[in-house]
Amino acid sequence: MKFKTFFWFVAPSVFMMLLFIAAPLVSVFIQSFQITQPVMQQIEVETCTPGFLTQTCTTEIKTVPVIDGETGRTQTTTAWVGLQSYKNVLQMDKFWAAIGSGNWGDILQIDFWKALRFTLMYTLVTLPLVVGVGLMIALAVNNAAKVLRGPVIFVSLLPFIITPVIGALSIYWLFVGDGILTAMLERWLDRDIAMFAQAWTIELLIYFYRVWHVAPFAFVIFYAGLQTVNMDTLESAIIDGANRFERLRYVIVPHLMPLIIFIALIHLMDCYRAFDEIIGFRSEAYVTSLQWLTFDFLTPDDAGNRAISRAAASAMLTMIGIVFLLILPLRRTWRDHKGGAH
Amino acid sequence: MYLKKLALAGAVSLLGTTAFAACSYENEVPLKSLTAGFEAWKAVTDAMAECGNFQAELDQEFRTKQPAAFEANPSLYQIGGVSNGTITPLLNAGTIRPLDDLVAKYGQNLSPNQLIRVDGKIMAVAMMVNTQHLMYRSDILADLGIDTPTTWDEVFAAADKIKEAGVVDHAIGATMKSGWNLAQEFVNMYPGFGGAFFNDDNTAAVNSDAGMKALAAMKKTLDYTDPEVLVSDSTYVQQQFQQGKIAMANLWASRAGAMDDENESQVVGKVSMAAAPMAMDGGAPATTLWWDGIVIAANITDEEADAAFRLAMEGLDTEMVQGANEAAIWLVNGYQPGPLAEGAIATATANPAPPAYPSTTQMGLLHTALGNELPAFLTGDRDAAATLAAVEEAYTTSAKEAGVLQ
Repeated sequence: MKFKTFFWFVAPSVFMMLLFIAAPLVSVFIQSFQITQPVMQQIEVETCTPGFLTQTCTTEIKTVPVIDGETGRTQTTTAWVGLQSYKNVLQMDKFWAAIGSGNWGDILQIDFWKALRFTLMYTLVTLPLVVGVGLMIALAVNNAAKVLRGPVIFVSLLPFIITPVIGALSIYWLFVGDGILTAMLERWLDRDIAMFAQAWTIELLIYFYRVWHVAPFAFVIFYAGLQTVNMDTLESAIIDGANRFERLRYVIVPHLMPLIIFIALIHLMDCYRAFDEIIGFRSEAYVTSLQWLTFDFLTPDDAGNRAISRAAASAMLTMIGIVFLLILPLRRTWRDHKGGAH
Repeated sequence: MYLKKLALAGAVSLLGTTAFAACSYENEVPLKSLTAGFEAWKAVTDAMAECGNFQAELDQEFRTKQPAAFEANPSLYQIGGVSNGTITPLLNAGTIRPLDDLVAKYGQNLSPNQLIRVDGKIMAVAMMVNTQHLMYRSDILADLGIDTPTTWDEVFAAADKIKEAGVVDHAIGATMKSGWNLAQEFVNMYPGFGGAFFNDDNTAAVNSDAGMKALAAMKKTLDYTDPEVLVSDSTYVQQQFQQGKIAMANLWASRAGAMDDENESQVVGKVSMAAAPMAMDGGAPATTLWWDGIVIAANITDEEADAAFRLAMEGLDTEMVQGANEAAIWLVNGYQPGPLAEGAIATATANPAPPAYPSTTQMGLLHTALGNELPAFLTGDRDAAATLAAVEEAYTTSAKEAGVLQ
């Protein structure tokens, strides 16, 4: 293809990527080093509040922002603060203090590290499960009778079609309080079960949710890959006396390896920005994720305050984390790619 | 024949949409409102809609949308529903207008109690009061011979007896969903023990004796609640009541009406309301007073503001209250306090009275800090003193970022 044709083909998407991905990223990067705050003044204000029959009025000194007479907006100042917002998010002083005193558990009292612990565990624990379950479904479907394949594929794809937050909510509703499944388990085991009363049960449910939700994606990819396995190799393996497991281990899995890497990449990126699960399972008291932390910083409170600088810092840290996670599989893909070219 | 029927159906449906019967005038200016979504707001906005040309948005997430929507020029909504907790950002940004002229023009029906004055200017018109107060199953307490608890110690004593009798799943229900709800429980309990939230220099003062007592009381509650209490919000507690799973709760007055809703509740007529329990003898009930009301945006034309206020007054008239008497503790003329309002009235008129929710920029920051740090204490990961220290630390960080602390 001529360079000019190529250029005009990709130009719209490059433009969109610059506009919607690169520009916001740069802006967030800059904001993470700045703090914008309203100019505050202290004034005496009389406020009257209705009781049931009469009002009570109180006069107190309130700290309120200064409003610009001309524009009618709040006056703000923006200052460069260097790494201050990162320090506020990471709280390294507390981190080192916890390590110094040997109370490692204290690290998990810090919001960021608590969120990082869960996010990493979540990403790494569910990865092999998703790949394994996806491969198992794919093999099962591949070996199923032809008439059954269509319906089986349809049913196993359903969890993937469901909007993530709805999927999380439905599992929450099945298990919370006297949800159908909890009630059934309670009757069966004859004991009181509270799935949302301690961290580990919630965490297990979240892992389960993720595998249930994403395994179909892995399944579709693997199923497509299975159709391209070289039949001659497979047959010669059978003649050589390889059993079912050996065929899987030495023929099928190596053949699917690029797909496994691909799924791992997508999964790492998706999992590291876990968010719907936290909201859907209302697990904020027990487990939080890095994306949720950013969201929490950004949510205005009743007085309208938002911690935008810390949100920016936390978003940048999340991105750095993803880059680190992706380095390994990306390097492998790169090597394979180069190897294939020669 | 078919055409005739169709024409008739069309005429009937037109009649349905243009029924201005209940409104005293026809509204010509297109107006929109953004309010919370509970029953009382539904009654008010329905009454406003009868005048035509009006679109109501009822959204429980209104608090996060309102500041930005009102800051737009022209404002995205002419009418806003606020509470004393959520009016702060609008006041601070100057996006709502003083209503003195409009009250003089259209506000003949308002009582002086309804006018929210900030620095002498009327900034909002209150329509109802709300507070968290004690709701209890009067049948269970009567069966077990327990008097209505007036202090938290009595609540716990009653809970012991109820737990022993085993008549409900959990003796107490609590709105302790981590975040805003949980922080609000502390904000109720802490002034009840005589605590002050801030020092004069805007630094937090919750790491105090009263703070320790408030935390101890909250933890004690957990002995009697559902173990999943850290995910339970007002709606969840309301449903637990309606399904007969709990016997007592310190719950919002705006939820009282739902107890007698025959479509939802299995305990119609069995839930009574009393003043919020006191945290210590001779203190104020451990709760805060709230009001809900309407504001008019600043960034709109005077004609729109005029029409918006006139419409709002139509929504807050006696006719509306008579149609929805049990939906709230109304401040509007014509309200007949029923048995469901007893608790809220007893709370509001107690002596000493509980404080109004302290709505300031600092309180917003502290509320968030409490909501984020308290769960670790209630799950047992951190002790009370360390939790209060962490709350103050989190507050200091965000207060510096917001510019209220240097």
